[in-house]
Amino acid sequence: MTKKVHLDHAHLLHLLKAMIRIRHFEAKCVELYQAQKILGFLHLYDGEEAVSVGVMEALTPEDAIIATYREHGQALARGVDPKCLMAEMMGKLNGCCRGRGGSMHFFDRKRRFYGGNAIVGGGLPLALGVALADKMQRRSAVTACFFGEGAVDEGEFHETLNLAKLWRLPILFVCENNLYSMGMAVERAEADIDFVHKASGYRVAGEKVDGMDVVAVESAARNAIDRIRRENDPYFLECRTYRFRAHSMFDAQLYRSKEEVEAWRKKGPILRFQTWLEANRLIKPEEIAAMEKEIDVEIAEAVAYAEAGGLEPISELERFVTMDEVPA
Amino acid sequence: MNAPEPTLTPNRMTYREASKQALREALLSDPRVFLMGEDIGRYGGCYAVTKGLLEEFGEERIRDTPLSESAFVGAGVGTAMAGMRPIVEIMTVNFSLLALDQILNNAVTIPHMSGGQFAIPLVIRMATGGGRRVAAQHSRSLEGWYAHIPGLRVLTPATVEDARFMLKGALADPNPVIIFEHVMLYNMEGDFPSDMKEVDIARAKVRRAGRDVSLITYGGSLFKALQAADALSSEGIDAEVIDLRTLRPLDTKTIIDSVARTRRCIIIDEGWRSGSISAEVGMRIAEEAFFELDAPLRRVCSREAPIPYAAHLEDACLPQAATIVAVARELIRPS
Amino acid sequence: MNDFKMPALGADMEAGTLVEWLVKPGDRVKSGDVIAVVETQKGAIEVEVFAEGVVSDILIPVGERVPVGTVLAQIDGAGVAPLPVEPAIVAPKPAPQALAEAPPKPTVAPQVSRRKITPAARRRAVALSLDLETIVKGTGVEGSIRLADVEAAASVARPAPPLTRRGLDLSQMRQAIAAAMSRSKREIPHYYLAETVDLHLSLTWLEAFNADRPPIERILPAVLFLKAAALALREQSKLNGAYENGVFLPAAGIHVGWAIALRGGGLIAPAIRDTDKKTLVELMAAMRDLVERARRGNLRSSELTSPTITVTSVGDRGAESVTGVIYPPQVAIVGFGRVATRPWAVEGRVESRPLVTVSLAADHRVTDGHIGGLYLAAVARLLQEPEKL
Repeated sequence: MTKKVHLDHAHLLHLLKAMIRIRHFEAKCVELYQAQKILGFLHLYDGEEAVSVGVMEALTPEDAIIATYREHGQALARGVDPKCLMAEMMGKLNGCCRGRGGSMHFFDRKRRFYGGNAIVGGGLPLALGVALADKMQRRSAVTACFFGEGAVDEGEFHETLNLAKLWRLPILFVCENNLYSMGMAVERAEADIDFVHKASGYRVAGEKVDGMDVVAVESAARNAIDRIRRENDPYFLECRTYRFRAHSMFDAQLYRSKEEVEAWRKKGPILRFQTWLEANRLIKPEEIAAMEKEIDVEIAEAVAYAEAGGLEPISELERFVTMDEVPA
Repeated sequence: MNAPEPTLTPNRMTYREASKQALREALLSDPRVFLMGEDIGRYGGCYAVTKGLLEEFGEERIRDTPLSESAFVGAGVGTAMAGMRPIVEIMTVNFSLLALDQILNNAVTIPHMSGGQFAIPLVIRMATGGGRRVAAQHSRSLEGWYAHIPGLRVLTPATVEDARFMLKGALADPNPVIIFEHVMLYNMEGDFPSDMKEVDIARAKVRRAGRDVSLITYGGSLFKALQAADALSSEGIDAEVIDLRTLRPLDTKTIIDSVARTRRCIIIDEGWRSGSISAEVGMRIAEEAFFELDAPLRRVCSREAPIPYAAHLEDACLPQAATIVAVARELIRPS
Repeated sequence: MNDFKMPALGADMEAGTLVEWLVKPGDRVKSGDVIAVVETQKGAIEVEVFAEGVVSDILIPVGERVPVGTVLAQIDGAGVAPLPVEPAIVAPKPAPQALAEAPPKPTVAPQVSRRKITPAARRRAVALSLDLETIVKGTGVEGSIRLADVEAAASVARPAPPLTRRGLDLSQMRQAIAAAMSRSKREIPHYYLAETVDLHLSLTWLEAFNADRPPIERILPAVLFLKAAALALREQSKLNGAYENGVFLPAAGIHVGWAIALRGGGLIAPAIRDTDKKTLVELMAAMRDLVERARRGNLRSSELTSPTITVTSVGDRGAESVTGVIYPPQVAIVGFGRVATRPWAVEGRVESRPLVTVSLAADHRVTDGHIGGLYLAAVARLLQEPEKL
C-alpha cells in the first residue's frame, strides 16, 4: 500500500531548496520588520518548513489549500510568487491581496490558495465547504487544511471532522503540532494529547508523522492523498514539529526554556535534511552554495519588487467590500 | 360595461408557501444552488418551509446538517468560494451567534481581504423575532446587529410578495446575503400579481402613502405599523408606512423622501433601542433631512430586556400597534 | 478666558445677526468698548464688551445669525480681573445692610429659555421672512413652534423684506413692537392714572434759561419732563424695576428709557443712564445723541437692555394725553401729552395757562393706584420748581 517517495537527485534538491527559500524569505522579513517596512504581526514558520514543503509535494494544481496566519511556508511551497508575497508583507498594491491582508492573509485564487486565516480554527469549516463544492461539482480535488494543535481546542475542529467524515469529503487535515498555542503548552491544554486518537473519535483515519523530516512528511502526505481519493474519505495527519522563534515578534518566550529550543534546533528540518544529504554524498557543497545564492537573488528581487510597488489609493479603500460579480 | 378583464389575477398563499416556492424556483433554475441546515430535509424545516424539497431534489442538494452552526455556515462560505450557490438555513437568529465568526470573519471579510480575488455568493436564511412565547433564547431580533457589518446584504421580507421573490435577488448578488424571516409571518396570507417575476431588493417601499407622519419599519413590525396606520386614519391622522425591506445597504433616499413629505417620523424596530437599526435610520434622517423635520424623531423599539416567557411581559416588551398609535398621536396632536 | 456672547437686547430677542466686528484677534479691549455690531429687529446695535483683556478668538463670522447666548468671541483676560458688570436690577434686600461697602449681590437675570422651533418651521419662517417672535405659542411637541404655526402666522402677518443691511428694518421693528406689546397686554394688568399739570412756572423758567444760549444749547421742555419723572422715582421706587418670573426686582439706578419715534414709523426706547443724576444740560445732550443714533440705527446694546422705566413725551404735534403700554419686563410707563394752552383756575381766577397731561400706566402686580397717584403728584410738584431740576 505505502508508496515510496521517488528520491532522485533533482527532487532532493527541490525539497531542500523549497525549505531554504522559506527560511531565507522569513529571515529577510525579520530584517524588514525591524526596519519597520513590515508592520503588525509576523508569525514565523522557522522550524516547521518540512511540513508545508512535504505536504505540498503531494498536491496537484487542482487541489485546494486552506492555511493559518502562519502561512508563509504554505504559500511559498505552493508556488505563490515570492514577489507578490513580499509586496503583500509590505502592504503594497502589487501584493497578492493589494496590501489588504498582510502577513496573515495570503490568498491566491489561481493556485487555489484559500487564504491564511487568523482566527484559530476558522479555516476548518471553509475546508469543508471547498471540499464539498469540489465533490458536488464532480472534481477529484483534495483540500489540504492546515491548522495548529491549538485549533483542536476549538469547536470548529470537532464540528468539521464530524461533518467531513459524515459527508465523506476529500480533505487532508494537517495538524501542525508545534507544541504551543502561543504560550500554552499542549499538555496543559489538552486532556488527551493524542490527536490521531481524537480524529479517530470522528472515525477519521490518521497517523502521526515526524514533522521535522521532510521526506517522512511527503511520504505520509502522498499516501494520505491517495487514500482520500481512493476511499472518498478525509484523512488526518499530525505533524509533530517545533517553531524556533517567538509566536509573533513580541514574545519573551517565558513559557519554554532556551535549552528546549536548542535541543529542537538540532533536529531542525533543514539542518537534518542537508546533513543527511551531505553525509550520503547526495548533494555537493557547491550545489548548496549555488542554491542559496539563487534563493537570495530571488528574495532580493522580491524585496525590490515590493519596494517599487505603489500603494493602493485611499479612494479604493472600500473597493471589494462588496463585489460586483463573482470572479470567473 | 365591457371593461376588459384585468390581466392580473392575484396569487394568494402563505408566507411559508411563498418562501418554499422561492427555494424551489432557485433549485430548479440553477444546479449550483443547494440547501444546507438543521432539519431542513426529513423534518421538513423547523418552520416547515422546506417540506417536500428533500423528496423532490434529493439528499445531495437538500442537506440536513448536525447541530454544528459554525461548521455548516463555514462550509457554506467555502462552497461559495469554490463555485456553488449555497443557501444555508440557520434555524433561528439566536443560533446564528454560534456561526458569527464564519459570517463576520470569513464571509464578509474574505472578498476585501483577498484584494477582490474571491466573492462569497452565499445566502443565509434565518427565522427571527419574538411573539411566540418561547422566551429569551428563542426570541431575539438581531437584524440590526447584522446590518452593522459592511459587506453583508440584510433582507427582511415582510410580505408574501417579498418572501416569494427576494431570494431571487439575493442569489443574484455576488455577496453574502442574510434573509431574516420573522416567525410571526409564516402563517400570514397575502397575494401578488400572477405575472410577477421578481422584486427590487435595493429599495425600501412605501406600503401605505400618507401625509402626516412616516412610520418606518421592517420585518415583523410592518403589519403592526399598518394596523396602527389604520387606527390613526380613523382619528384623521394620515400615516405613511415605509417598509425598509433591506436593512443593509439602507435605501436612505426612500426614507428621506418620505420624511420630507410628512416631516414627522416614528421608527418601529423590534430590536433593542440602543445602537439599533432604528438609531441608524434616525441618524440618517438627522444628517440628511434635519431641516425637513417638524417634530422630534420618535422610536418604538423593544424594551431593553431579554424577552420574557409570560405573555403579558412579552407583549409589553415588543413594539405594538397601540404604542405606535399613541406615539403618533402625541407627535401630531400634542396634549 | 471670557466668553463674549450674543446679548439679549430685549425681552423678546431670540437671535441676532453679526454684521460687523470692530475688533480683531489680538486687540486689547476693556469693559465698555464697543466691539461688534449686531443686527436685530430693532436695527443695528453696537455691542459692548464687559471683560478686559485681549481678543483671542472670533468665533462667529460676519453675516451669521445666531441665538442669544451664543459665544461670539473669546477674550483672554489672563492677569486681568474681569470688571464686575453693574447690574441693572438688584434683588430685594432681605434686611437693611449694616455697611454700605458691601456691594449688592448681583442677581443673575433668569435665562430666557430657548424657544423650541422645529427645523422645518425655522426654515419656512426664514423663507417667509416671518419673525418667529410674533408667534405666541407653538402647538407642536413640548410647545414647539412647528410648520403649521409659522404658516398660520404668515397668513396674517405681512411678509417683511429680508434683513440685508445694517440699519433699521421697520417691518421687522413693527413685528418686534407687536411681540413686545402683545406680551405686555397679555401679561401685565395695567392700571392708568393721569394728572394735569400747570407748566407756567417751568416754561417761564426755561425761557429765561434758554434766552442767552444759542439754539444748539437750548433745552426743550421734554428735558424737564424727563428729569421730573426720574426724580419722582426716587420717592416711588416700586415703579422702577422689572417684574420677572413672578417677582418684582427693584432697579439699583434710575435709567429712563426715552421713547423715540422714528421717521417712517417705529419706536425705540433706549436708556439714559442715571437720569436722575444728570443735569438738564447733560440730559439734553444725551437726548439729542440718542435720537440721532436711534435714527441712524447706531444704538448700543446696553442702552436697549438697561431701561428701568419708560418715559414718552408726544411733543408739539402729538395728542393731548397718552396712555402708555408698559414695555416688559418694566413695570411702568410715564406719558406726557402735548403742551396746550387752556383756561386754568388760579387762585379763584381763570387764567390762560400752558398745561400738560401726565399719565402713568403701571403694573398692578407690583403697585396699586395709591402709589401711582403719589408718583404723579411728585412729578407735578417737581415741575413747579424747575430751578431745582
